[in-house]
Amino acid sequence: MAATTTTAPAGVEAPRRRRSSVSSRDARHAWWFIAPWIVGFLVFTAWPMIYSAYLSLTDYDVISDPRFVGFDNYRELFADPKVALALRNTLIYTVMAVPAHILLALGLALLLDRAARSAGFFRTAFFLPKMTPPVAIGVLLLLLFNGQRGAINTMLGWFGIDGPAWTTDPDWVKPGLVMIGLWTVGSTVIILLAALRNVPTDLYDAARVDGAGFWHRTRAVTLPMISGPLFFVVVVNTIAALQLFTEAYTAFFGSGNTTYSNDAALFYAIYLFQQAFEYLHMGYASALAWLLFLVIMAITAVQMLVSRRVVYYEGDAR
Amino acid sequence: MTSAAEATRMPQGVVTAAPQAVTVRKRRTPRRLAGRIAVLAALVVATFVFVYPFVWLLSASFKPRGEVFDNRLIPRTFTLQNYVEVWQVAPMATWLVNTVIVTTLAAVTVTFSSALVAWGFAYFRFPGRGPLFGLVLATMMLPGAVTMVPTYLIWKELGLVGGLTPLWGGNLFGSAFYIFLLRQFFLGLPRELFEAARLDGAGNWTIFARIAAPLCKPALILTLLFEIQAAWTDLMRPLIYLQDSSTFTVPRGLKAMLDQFGFGGEWHWEIVVTASVITTIPMIILFFLGQRHFVQGIATTGSKG
Repeated sequence: MAATTTTAPAGVEAPRRRRSSVSSRDARHAWWFIAPWIVGFLVFTAWPMIYSAYLSLTDYDVISDPRFVGFDNYRELFADPKVALALRNTLIYTVMAVPAHILLALGLALLLDRAARSAGFFRTAFFLPKMTPPVAIGVLLLLLFNGQRGAINTMLGWFGIDGPAWTTDPDWVKPGLVMIGLWTVGSTVIILLAALRNVPTDLYDAARVDGAGFWHRTRAVTLPMISGPLFFVVVVNTIAALQLFTEAYTAFFGSGNTTYSNDAALFYAIYLFQQAFEYLHMGYASALAWLLFLVIMAITAVQMLVSRRVVYYEGDAR
Repeated sequence: MTSAAEATRMPQGVVTAAPQAVTVRKRRTPRRLAGRIAVLAALVVATFVFVYPFVWLLSASFKPRGEVFDNRLIPRTFTLQNYVEVWQVAPMATWLVNTVIVTTLAAVTVTFSSALVAWGFAYFRFPGRGPLFGLVLATMMLPGAVTMVPTYLIWKELGLVGGLTPLWGGNLFGSAFYIFLLRQFFLGLPRELFEAARLDGAGNWTIFARIAAPLCKPALILTLLFEIQAAWTDLMRPLIYLQDSSTFTVPRGLKAMLDQFGFGGEWHWEIVVTASVITTIPMIILFFLGQRHFVQGIATTGSKG
């Protein structure tokens, strides 16, 4: 970005002058501007992380003082069948949702890139669902995917397909959530479309001269050229999928919903929320949080490693 | 619409609107025309799929109870009764007021504080700036779940659980993503401008408030818009911090209504549907007010990856 080029020369140009006149005063003033973040970091990030690590070694129900129990919570965590279930549900959902999300977004972005003049209108249509509050998306899931009278199954019926009970059959709960999640691919489409438009057209022209067809061009030119943003949306969407909460909680959990809450929709963030704020097992919930943290870090690290082989950064070539 | 994407395309030597570029690319052969029609058809079908849930929801909100599930896009019996009832069966007006308060405070505070911090990182040179900014970026990767429990305990200690403060109070201290975003914009401003102002005797605050911030207005608006959306649609924090129905935000209220009137409750889906529309409409309006900002902002987010 242009940003880096503006700072570098300024620093190189007149380092001595600046250091002698304004630098020391500048340095002091800088802290006033950064102070809000430093306070926020200490109070809302650093301390919570330390305290959460401590709490994970205790039994704490908010009412009485934390009682130190060593690694009991972590032992319990590995023996708790609900943790295994929640982890499995979350991973299955992520493995289904992320590729589907990326492929659909890429497909739509490729279409939009070819639509030239009318792209703006369609882009708006694709993005609008992203504005919908996730709680309303949970409601829509229950309504549109209703097994008996939902719109999805009615439409499937036109083609002679007897749709499943999306919201009550444990086997179909996650596919339903994946599908309603696809409704909000809009922001990914925008990111990928912007990336597609950054691909130099002469590369396509060269490929076309070489006789490459659309699919070949996409594979050999487009995908490598947008691999940076593509990797970015994969990572962001994976992290989001691993923390899926609102849509699933809205549709399948909550006070009036006990009859419909079912194990197939017990995602990790939901179990963590229940342990912390419904059962007030603050110590156990903290241990759960750290396990989630480790899982997310591990998956992101693997993705980073893979990206080193796969992602082509335009900057490298220049 | 001139988007950031189109603007960045120009340096590559292709002006999107230039006629000669178009004539080189598009020969009007029948095959090419068929391709264009296929693309357009696919886009129209996709648009139908993406808009359908909105139309379904909106039209269901005008149907009487028995017809909500008839899946007609134009109600057979048109009624405004649901929009009258929804205010009577739940304190919808209070929820809306609460949400407006939280959203306004959240967006204004986070924009102001993030801009301050971003400017601190963009303009000043001080020892430890690099590592400190690295720390800002690192917090962006931190899953909210890890700090959720202790953060709750902080607000509880302060006696603020049950009120609206925990929903926006954290925003007083800036937010890593916005700090990152705004810093990028600040770095794009020419430094000479500030050196000149300094020679004219402007202090650090004046340079920030009178020169840098006004020049960064698009980025500040973007931050406001993003945070308005985030605050308005949040369900998890209201679930954690609000107990009494009179303090609910609209999404928390909608969840309560779903529990009361949905499958687990009284099966008054027409109420739930109408409340969903009321929860969603402000966000749709927000999008159309700031469409350009949203689209450009999201496009730039990706290019930073």
